[in-house]
Amino acid sequence: MTQLALVIDLNVCVGCHACVTSCKQWNTSGPAGYMSDDNPYDKDPTGTFFNRVQSFEVGEYPHTETVHFPKSCLHCEDPPCVPVCPTGASYKRPQDGIVLVDYDKCIGCKYCSWACPYGVREVDEHLKVMKKCTLCVDRIYDTALPEAERKPACVMACPTSARLFGDVHDPDSEVSVAIRENGGYQLMPEWGTKPANHYLPRRKTRIQIHDDELLRADNPLKKEGRKPRVVIDEHTLDDVTSW
Amino acid sequence: MHPAFSVIFLTTLSGVGQGLFLALFTGQSYAALGLVRVNDSPTFYTVGSFIALLFLGAGLAASFFHLGRPERGWRAASQWRTSWLSREVIVLPAFMAVVFVFGLLHYMGWDPNIIGADNPLQGQLSLFVGMLGALICLALFVCTGMIYACIRFLQEWHSSLTVVNYLLLGTASGFTLATAYAALYAPNLLTLFGVWAAIITFAGLISRSASLIRNARIKYKSTLQTAIGVRHATIAQSSQGLMGGSFNTREFFHGASQLMFKSIKWIFLVLVFPVPLALLWAGMNLHAPALLLAAFVVQYLGLIAERWFFFAQANHPQNLYYQTI
Repeated sequence: MTQLALVIDLNVCVGCHACVTSCKQWNTSGPAGYMSDDNPYDKDPTGTFFNRVQSFEVGEYPHTETVHFPKSCLHCEDPPCVPVCPTGASYKRPQDGIVLVDYDKCIGCKYCSWACPYGVREVDEHLKVMKKCTLCVDRIYDTALPEAERKPACVMACPTSARLFGDVHDPDSEVSVAIRENGGYQLMPEWGTKPANHYLPRRKTRIQIHDDELLRADNPLKKEGRKPRVVIDEHTLDDVTSW
Repeated sequence: MHPAFSVIFLTTLSGVGQGLFLALFTGQSYAALGLVRVNDSPTFYTVGSFIALLFLGAGLAASFFHLGRPERGWRAASQWRTSWLSREVIVLPAFMAVVFVFGLLHYMGWDPNIIGADNPLQGQLSLFVGMLGALICLALFVCTGMIYACIRFLQEWHSSLTVVNYLLLGTASGFTLATAYAALYAPNLLTLFGVWAAIITFAGLISRSASLIRNARIKYKSTLQTAIGVRHATIAQSSQGLMGGSFNTREFFHGASQLMFKSIKWIFLVLVFPVPLALLWAGMNLHAPALLLAAFVVQYLGLIAERWFFFAQANHPQNLYYQTI
């Protein structure tokens, strides 16, 4: 069974918010209706977003690292938000595992957002329905687009390729290989929600260099220097081998 | 969580209506067994059912203010297989219908003996409907409580004590109202309702205190470490990705000061339990309906504070992602 998902590489993410703006641009222009904003160019701007980039400082100065952390719906394999919905507006598609909200059925009771530990569902304050990441379901199957562009808008926009998109149930897919080989993990595993989206951790690339590796024994610049001499009072190879 | 007044009024008002109905049914059961006598009983039960319906209707009306799209509210009855909210949406109107029938039977005097004419137990049909109503009433308390108790991420709510509290506090407020009502129109039932109101209020004090003690000792399962998956003892948020607030900052934080949060706890502990108990005791001894009515009003106001605190105290794990602007 297919389970589409994103894999987000925290080692590569630079926190530029390109995924946030491209997501908003694509989804606010889509057939599902706009994503409303209040005071977008004023004091206290607020609005509906499917995707946010947050930043965390890990460690204590001077040993700190800034981790940029993009957060959107994780399309859990056991989504706790779906069974609590009283109208059936929240559902998980069996064919590709995308968790969606039917905006025509949603009554805006916000109960599903209470049942999501990740806080990735946001009520649209003007359309009065619950909204969330659709994994650009209106884009990834659009045969009018070139095949290379049938990916979520955030994946297309990421300048550092920190976002991968694919089927995490296919062991040979790009995302599965990335999860397997780069230590991909899930958020809040303690709740058993089995998020489909995975994150790749910060990774350090280190090599061990010994002192003798820094000094070339056969350095041609030292050609004129002293060469090793035959030690006369020891056996030579000719003495101990019979040809 | 941000306490929504629509839900506060829904749960407290419907709790009063349910408790009042349970009181009426208790009164009728005692009367049928000959333990008490009710003068002008048809009017007493009819008007009582009507008052219960008023409270339930007001609660139902309040619930619509919680919805973004109330015109689609009827859809909420469809997912009763999985959603406790959907079950409540079905059970609340069903309960109102039974209360209406209960009141109608008394008003019209339709009370045939359905077990047998020679059975000494009188008023069998209305007793049967009342028993059905009591069962649906308990189911409604369970549905209401389970809406909150079933969300395992809100650890303050994820406990059977949540359901017990909804049951006991709703029933207590209904019985207190019934005591005041009986003091005015059915003095024979005054002691019955008053003593039960006191017992249930006291039981509510025990169960609510138990949940307060439990919640004070909660160890949260989620931490910033599991939230972003970084293994380090020191992690601090430096940006939540937005500056003017969002649904996540409005819906999941109560926004009150620590002082107000703590005061509301003590306010409800005083208003829901000792003050109504004292007023009940004084009102029953002095036969003063005004004091009993005051007991109900004080307890109801206290329950509004209690419900506010119930929501505000719940700490959602998503708040880990929204610590700093």
